[in-house]
Amino acid sequence: MPKDTTIKSVLIIGSGPIIIGQACEFDYSGTQASKSLREEGVEVTLINSNPATIMTDPVTADHIYLLPLTVESIIQILEERQIDAVLPTMGGQTALNLAIEVGKHGVWEKYGVRLIGVDLEAIELAENREAFRKLMIDIGMKVAPSFIANSFLEGKEAAQKIGYPLVIRPSYTLGGYGGGFVHNASEFDECLQRGLNASPTHEVLVEQAVLGWKEFELELLRDSADNVIIICTVENLDPMGIHTGDSITVAPAMTLSDTAYQQMRNDAMVMMRSLGNFAGGCNVQFAINPETEELIAIEINPRVSRSSALASKATGYPIAKVAAKLAIGYNLDELKNQITQTTSAYFEPTLDYVIVKMPRWNFEKFHGANHSLGLQMKSVGEVMAIGRNFLEALQKACQSQENNRFGLGADKKEWIRTSDILDRLEQVSDDRIYRLKDALRLGVPVNTVQKLTRIDPWYIHQIKRLVKMEERVIRYNVAEDIPEDFFRELKEVGYSDAQIAWLMRIKETDVTKQRKKLNIRRTYKLVDTCAAEFEAKTPYYYSTFDQENESVPSKNKKIIVLGSGPNRIGQGIEFDYCCVHGLMAIKEAGYDAIMINCNPETVSTDFDLADKLYFEPVYWEHIEEILELEQPEGVIIQLGGQTALKLAEQFHRAGVKIFGTDYKSMDLAEDRGAFSDLLKALHVPYPRYGVANDTDEALAIANRVTYPVLVRPSYVLGGQRMRIVINDDELERHVLSIFKHMPDNKILVDQFLERAKEAEIDAICDGESVHIMGIMEHIEPAGIHSGDSSAVLPTYSLSDEVLETMITYTRKLALALNTRGLINIQFAIKGDQVYVIEANPRASRTTPFIAKAYQVPYLKIATMVMLGEKKLSDFEINKKLEGYAIKVPVFSFHKFPNVDKKLGPEMKSTGEEIRFIKDLTDPFFRELDRNRSMYLYR
Amino acid sequence: MEQNLAILLLEDGTVFHGKAAGKIGTTYGEICFNTGMTGYQEIFTDPSYFGQLLVTTNAHIGNYGISNADVESDSIKISGLVCKNFNEGYSRSMADQSIQEYFEAHNLVAISDVDTRAIVRHIRNKGAMNAIVSSEILDVNALKSKLKDIPPMKGLELASKVSTKEAYFMGDENASLKVAVLDIGVKKNILKCLVERDCYLKVFPAKTSYEEMKAWNPDGYFLSNGPGDPAAMPYAVETAKAILLADQPLFGICLGHQILALALGISTYKMHNGHRGINHPVKNLISGRSEITSQNHGFGVSQEAILANESVVEVSHKNLNDDTIEGIRVVGKKAFSVQYHPEASPGPHDSRYLFDDFIALIEGATNKTTTKKFDHTTKKV
Repeated sequence: MPKDTTIKSVLIIGSGPIIIGQACEFDYSGTQASKSLREEGVEVTLINSNPATIMTDPVTADHIYLLPLTVESIIQILEERQIDAVLPTMGGQTALNLAIEVGKHGVWEKYGVRLIGVDLEAIELAENREAFRKLMIDIGMKVAPSFIANSFLEGKEAAQKIGYPLVIRPSYTLGGYGGGFVHNASEFDECLQRGLNASPTHEVLVEQAVLGWKEFELELLRDSADNVIIICTVENLDPMGIHTGDSITVAPAMTLSDTAYQQMRNDAMVMMRSLGNFAGGCNVQFAINPETEELIAIEINPRVSRSSALASKATGYPIAKVAAKLAIGYNLDELKNQITQTTSAYFEPTLDYVIVKMPRWNFEKFHGANHSLGLQMKSVGEVMAIGRNFLEALQKACQSQENNRFGLGADKKEWIRTSDILDRLEQVSDDRIYRLKDALRLGVPVNTVQKLTRIDPWYIHQIKRLVKMEERVIRYNVAEDIPEDFFRELKEVGYSDAQIAWLMRIKETDVTKQRKKLNIRRTYKLVDTCAAEFEAKTPYYYSTFDQENESVPSKNKKIIVLGSGPNRIGQGIEFDYCCVHGLMAIKEAGYDAIMINCNPETVSTDFDLADKLYFEPVYWEHIEEILELEQPEGVIIQLGGQTALKLAEQFHRAGVKIFGTDYKSMDLAEDRGAFSDLLKALHVPYPRYGVANDTDEALAIANRVTYPVLVRPSYVLGGQRMRIVINDDELERHVLSIFKHMPDNKILVDQFLERAKEAEIDAICDGESVHIMGIMEHIEPAGIHSGDSSAVLPTYSLSDEVLETMITYTRKLALALNTRGLINIQFAIKGDQVYVIEANPRASRTTPFIAKAYQVPYLKIATMVMLGEKKLSDFEINKKLEGYAIKVPVFSFHKFPNVDKKLGPEMKSTGEEIRFIKDLTDPFFRELDRNRSMYLYR
Repeated sequence: MEQNLAILLLEDGTVFHGKAAGKIGTTYGEICFNTGMTGYQEIFTDPSYFGQLLVTTNAHIGNYGISNADVESDSIKISGLVCKNFNEGYSRSMADQSIQEYFEAHNLVAISDVDTRAIVRHIRNKGAMNAIVSSEILDVNALKSKLKDIPPMKGLELASKVSTKEAYFMGDENASLKVAVLDIGVKKNILKCLVERDCYLKVFPAKTSYEEMKAWNPDGYFLSNGPGDPAAMPYAVETAKAILLADQPLFGICLGHQILALALGISTYKMHNGHRGINHPVKNLISGRSEITSQNHGFGVSQEAILANESVVEVSHKNLNDDTIEGIRVVGKKAFSVQYHPEASPGPHDSRYLFDDFIALIEGATNKTTTKKFDHTTKKV
């Protein structure tokens, strides 16, 4: 059926603030859907409370509502706009739940709004564990034996019937929340109670655990004519027992025969059809008994999900974009493949490379959190890597993690005690893949590793190949000794030069030099959905060490934008927002924009955004090769958070132009000593401080600046391991702990300004003048990380003198740092005294928030300034804001039951939302203000 | 362990250096690529690949080993394999041996660690051509002279080389229907799909006439898939013509489809680089539904010729990627055929309904009914 012309205006519901289990992949899907609908001439209205999203940008939609995701907000929109249909499948569980709630109140009906892309009954069926199980049995699908329990007693009875191990799955929860494995009777009671409490309907499924079975996921698309295609098959390297969001996953499936796969494909289609007649995306999960290939259905999600974002990036097939078109009536066979633009969208992508997705955890942020992995998702982000073989993709994924690893081991972080390692293989934690290799390296047999991990032997044998190669590498003394063929083989399986250097105990530069001498260089291949069968028009590349290079540099002048890698606490979606705008501004200025990033959840890695996308680790060795191929005019690093900024020195040394603020100024801002000297010279007050190399020095400084003091390692993100301590004892303990976890680090000790107010300024400087984008006042007192504070724009209680002082300091500092582009300055205000706490000459977490609150395209202005294309005076900046905008942090503490919600100098929030208030009598503000010290730890 | 080297030389002089896999030796054929991500073993044993040097685009080959159950004929039919990562180590509890053991046992020469993507791009641009792989002769000039002697695929008759020498039976002799199969390279799963639908089969050698088949008194006729140029098979075209003349129920797949077309006076042609994979989109023009199909063909049925013969034949299926002809129905006769592989193996099962259509056609023509209806709801297909 062609397009339904009665749908002229569509409302898309976003997913709200980022929480564990629901991250920026929904910004990607919402943005794609919006673009796709607008291509068809449909007017798009968007609601999302998350200001750091591209979907809520005027470039994405026609009408944007930055409102809380509530029934009231929906009614407000429907009152103001003529909406024909609502598309609730792009905003995760949050959007669906809202659509259901709105529906229950009869609101959609009242306003004559159709729900498209979804079947509410299908959602209900898929979410209700018991109904799903019955349906599966009805259509002949096998499921694990299970019983539904609505009470503690029913749960106990079920356990008696099933036996251990078993799983408890609460109904209607997100990301496996509240669920868990029970290995024996002693664990059961607590787990059952937690599950019942987690479910809004006080309902759990008690199910036999198929621990160790192989786990697969299929991504399906279906149109209203019932044509169904499989976009991607993903195999979980970590077998059943670990949430798929916490599993390392691989595409295409590596250990699946055609008979087993086709069985799965047929079953997935039967399952999707059994849910009802709806057009859109769907995700189906299966477990396979490795011995018998017996297949059981685990789960079905009839909507766009985290895995559809991954599948889109993994295959090049833009699922959300196509799903949006299906929602307004198109059939798959009426659409074109977006990559080739000549062949049909009704086909199944085929890969000639291997994808590895690796989750990124942030356990160090949650003290006391249980690191073990299970049914509940705990990772905060993910990376995706592409290679021409599994090992290359796996090692690239490790290099993308940004956790100071050079690859899969072969660096100084390897473990050496067999007993510790074997423990960790069984007690699954975030480091299992590294421990698996450690075990093989120490000679533990593949069989034993397989028994402990239940990981398919194919993967273990692959990793063993690395161990064998390393045994050979260490026999060579200098880089010149490595035979060329073997050198090439090492690179082909993903070894970084740094790993080879570490194995041989030589310098990385020696390895790189020899490698280049032998001309062992990366070539670039296209992600094209069709294994090169057809010519592709989209510039989506990955590196490998194969023969032919397909990435031919254009003759245009080009600029590279560095992304911010995997999402973490303290560095997330806001930098994706910045990168997207950076790319658009670069294109507008007449350059080719080139994007480098490895985070599949992002909009900036959408293949139709940059002129060229390199889906690569934000890791120097990979970047350097791209620089040498592309020969860009320069790079922009101030949009990619700390990740990109950290590479400034290497760009500087390589002689690559950094657009915007130069390396020396960035380094000056980061170097505490030099920065303080600068503040002193500018007569800007700052807290007393000192830099310590050991505990004795730290104690001396603390006593000089007087307690309480703020202690932290230098060069960290989001206030990692930052503490406020009040006496020598505490100081000593904390400094020792820092040295234990981060040896070779210096310690910063700052005077802590008790009960000070905090405020911050984001500004743009073009070298001559400074524009103050916004001044935000924190509701919470100093001592809570700015990312965890509620920030009010503009300020509400600071005096004009204080504001004037802050502005003066900002101008002085921005000019003194020779800033070109963005700068963020944090202040503490005690009485009338204004102190500068830190300055970051880059896009900050609050940049998108200010741009949204004032409706000014600040990122575009900043990028034009960085490029030197325009001066601030070329822009007419017109801030639009009535009343105040508040940036409110959102936490994911419920994922870590044993962790207290204590806030301090270390950032813990995973997301944020924006709230607009007319004045300070607003109840929402008053509530925040009343609770401002509630969670203050110190 | 040092691996032996190997060379792939294309007819146009392009050389790729890689590593030896399988048996050490020399082999040649027309180079073609298959884009499927599963089902390598089914492909290796598919008789339609006879005479083809196969490039697999999937990054890894051999991961799940070789299982004696997953074969489409009793031996390897490709003439050689070109792949990226050749995996001797495998993992599947139901597998019987590794790909290396299998290739050694069947004397198959392979080359790995070559840039298969570059080869595919090359074939995509230059078209299908002959090629030679060797892990024993590493002198390019020596290989060039050998390559000169290899005949081109166009005009090559290969079906009789893979066909059964003797007629044989398959299925339950008390089954409701009898179907005569002309084996011009038939895949096992086609026969299985018919047997499952209550047919008793007699499989005849390629050069069997209609009269000989008719002597068995079948209810319907089937023209199988197979290798080579259909235009070089006048014997089979004659058989098909006779079946049509007698107005018997007839179903053809792949080469069988091309033979049916030739029997109707519609020409076939050598394609630029063919269709080989398990993700090809086909639209059924009669039902309006689309299906993802398994394909393997280097020749096609001419679209112009069909347009000129619209009174004789109608197009029932077309390819959504390039609009090529994927299926035909003979006007006024009980005959139809498809270019792709509804039996899959490897590939999606979307098109299995065509076997049901064939059964329905026979039932309509004979007033017989199958007693055992094939149950599509039973999921173990």
